[in-house]
Amino acid sequence: MQSVSSYVLSATGIDKIFPGARALNGVDFSLARGEVHALLGENGAGKSTLIKCLTGAYRRDGGRILLDGTEVDPHNTLEAQKLGIGTVYQEVNLLANLTVAENLFLGRQPRRFGLVDARAMNKQARALLSQYDLDIDVTAELSSFSVAVQQVIAIARAVDLSGKVLILDEPTASLDTHEVAMLFRIVRRLKDRGLGIIFITHFLEQVYDISDRITVLRNGQLVGTRDTAALPRRELIAMMLGRELVHEVSEAKQSEAKAPGAARFRFRGFGRKGHIQPFDLDVASGEVVGIAGLLGSGRTETAEILFGAERADSGTAEVDGRPLDLSSPRAAIREKFGFCPEDRKVDGIVGDLSVRENIVLALQARRGWARPISRSEQDRLADHYIKALDIRTSDREKPIRLLSGGNQQKAILARWLATNPEFLILDEPTRGIDVGAHAEIIRLIETLCEKGMSLIVISSELEELVAYSSRVLVLRDRAHVAELTGEEVTTNAIVEAIASAHEGRPS
Amino acid sequence: MTGTLKAYAVRLFPQVAALAIILFMVSLAFPGFFKLSFQNDRLYGSLIDILNRGAPVALLAIGMTVVIATKGIDLSVGAVMAICGAVAAASITAGHSLAFTLLVTISTGILCGLWNGVLVAVLDIQPIIATLVLMVAGRGIAQLITEGAILTFNHPGLIFIGSGSLFGLPMPVIIWLGFGLIVALLVRRTALGMLIEAVGVNRRASRLSGVSTGVLLIAAYILSGLCAALAGIIAAADIRGADANNAGLWLELDAILAVVVGGTSLLGGRFSIAASLLGAMIIQSINTGILLSGFPPEFNLIIKAAIIVLILVIQSPRAQSAFIWMSRVRAAEPKKEQEAK
Ligand SMILES: Nc1ncnc2c1ncn2[C@@H]1O[C@H](COP(=O)(O)OP(=O)(O)OP(=O)(O)O)[C@@H](O)[C@H]1O
Ligand SMILES: [Mg+2]
Repeated sequence: MQSVSSYVLSATGIDKIFPGARALNGVDFSLARGEVHALLGENGAGKSTLIKCLTGAYRRDGGRILLDGTEVDPHNTLEAQKLGIGTVYQEVNLLANLTVAENLFLGRQPRRFGLVDARAMNKQARALLSQYDLDIDVTAELSSFSVAVQQVIAIARAVDLSGKVLILDEPTASLDTHEVAMLFRIVRRLKDRGLGIIFITHFLEQVYDISDRITVLRNGQLVGTRDTAALPRRELIAMMLGRELVHEVSEAKQSEAKAPGAARFRFRGFGRKGHIQPFDLDVASGEVVGIAGLLGSGRTETAEILFGAERADSGTAEVDGRPLDLSSPRAAIREKFGFCPEDRKVDGIVGDLSVRENIVLALQARRGWARPISRSEQDRLADHYIKALDIRTSDREKPIRLLSGGNQQKAILARWLATNPEFLILDEPTRGIDVGAHAEIIRLIETLCEKGMSLIVISSELEELVAYSSRVLVLRDRAHVAELTGEEVTTNAIVEAIASAHEGRPS
Repeated sequence: MTGTLKAYAVRLFPQVAALAIILFMVSLAFPGFFKLSFQNDRLYGSLIDILNRGAPVALLAIGMTVVIATKGIDLSVGAVMAICGAVAAASITAGHSLAFTLLVTISTGILCGLWNGVLVAVLDIQPIIATLVLMVAGRGIAQLITEGAILTFNHPGLIFIGSGSLFGLPMPVIIWLGFGLIVALLVRRTALGMLIEAVGVNRRASRLSGVSTGVLLIAAYILSGLCAALAGIIAAADIRGADANNAGLWLELDAILAVVVGGTSLLGGRFSIAASLLGAMIIQSINTGILLSGFPPEFNLIIKAAIIVLILVIQSPRAQSAFIWMSRVRAAEPKKEQEAK
């Protein structure tokens, strides 16, 4: 136990009540200097809410916050920044139509003669980002970069702002191993400088890799705070879920590799200039094909072109020998395709609409406006999926933007399951989803397969890919460079293929 | 069923209350305000007058609501009214039948809407800019049609639309009430309402969910053009002539105001046609009320602005959350279905 004075931040009895939901109930939390403190819990446990109360993004309904032993009460995030608390929120909240450099220095641009010194700002921005191995055009609009790059930029900004405390809410959700390693190097450096770091994640490996202490929340209540070294993984999961988890994903690998049947969906020379190079792809009924590759390697682009979000300009697509019309998402949905996108905030949720409406949206769109789904049927569908996927919401009429990140993700998945697709593309389906739900979703993927659905799963989590894919495609530089089948599908083989792909196809 | 009724009541309460308060205040300044009389098969009275005078803005507000729900705006409706009035007058004075005249006029409105819709949905131009084009060019087009003069007519059928009556109510009232009901039923009894709201909230996500965003956007602007055509016919029939310079002048602003007073956000999404129609009546009651209470005309605009500011402040999220906070303190129990931000 540390002495009280060594805490840089300590909060006691934090309460937060939302209309219809009590998100935090008397939570105590303390952060020592020079420690990485993991904040864990299921989706909707109240993690994001707790840090938003600490940074003044939300008004808390009760409790005290001490920073360096003096009571503070930040009314908004700007005040928190001035106090030396830098934060990366779960949903990247930078300004999409400003440049990268402007985003990094917003509100504190270097000035010369009273005017913003753009040259100096861009130079500093490049220097800042070079620590993250990110060599990009800092004068380009932020929106022209992928979520992952935006995430790194948000981290860089927060790290630069944090004098005493750095808060990272699921910063690694869209990062690959390489970027995570880089982030952790920076976190360790800050830790050595005496900063306190709060780290929220659903990746338990990362928790054990970097954190010193762990605090677990459940249903808005504090379950406990422990030293990481003294808390075995099983016990941690039980603390989070309030029960034992029978199977964890890494143990879930089926021993018998199913022999895939005849290809049902065939893509030949499918591609789009400047987007993804032409590729061949066969998917059998009931088969899961995984797609792996570094960020920017063309994973999402492959998904978009398969779903018609971007139109292919070469190649053919067939199902059972019949040509497929994939000219637009609408056409693809008519062909019984579905696509769970990676960037749920921009491409997935319709924030002001209710959970119910978000779940029935794709089904309703496919039926057409003139054939409305009756309200009772909508209620039935929504209730069914809220239960089946364990979506935590106070009721189905809650606007979806008020749900926690992981629960939004589950609702989008429900939207596609409701359409009963035959070919489902999941781009990072388990992103931001807790250990319990993670196992549920993997099990769901396996049942869907057994029912004969064809699945494409894109994931940065290689163990996960290995667990359910019968084949894995490896992408690099916007081209499909390798395909691993059956016995070859192992984490090591994928890593190797990603690394060595430029030397030609591994055999 | 009672659940949806209750939801309606909650949604429309601020507008109904505002309207009631304004009408009450006017009646203090002008006794006899609520008096209705029945002569020549038609109701007369100040209230009927409000319903009648408010017809153009009410009609425009119907289309504007749907456009705003898609996160758009249609600045051209006033000019489209002028064009359509001119087309109607030109057609009827050229000796065409009433049916043909109405058909041509309404088609003109639809065409104007299609133009706006294509600019917004296909060329992806920002709605405020896209509809500005027709707002500016529209009056010129109308002047070309009327050849610069006020084109008068005395076709009894066309005049009937502006000043006749049916079921004891003036025709314009019948038209906006009937059309409002049709559109409201159309969007709420089908899935159109939800799909329009989805497009307004997140166009990209809606497209990826298979919603025909382009078609819906174009349809919204077409509806707005159609509403402007109806309003244009009524305005022309009312003065028995087409005035290219003044018909529908500034009415786009009143229509937008009606929608905003009706509580539909300019950021798109959730909308209510009934609330916008109430908004239109609120605006018209203010206009008529100020006139009746005998304030000097120079005060009119200022008083109107003040009342509208008041209504908007009451509706603002800050004020709403303050209300919620107060009610929570009183009830010491969190209430359902209300958002705090
Ligand atoms: N603005 C809001 N209004 C109403 N309820 C809210 C609001 N924000 C969050 N909630 C609710 O509070 C609970 C806690 O949400 P929070 O975002 O803190 O979860 P979390 O632990 O971060 O979950 P995740 O791992 O999914 O990100 C959820 O049930 C959520 O629905
Ligand atoms: Mg969260």
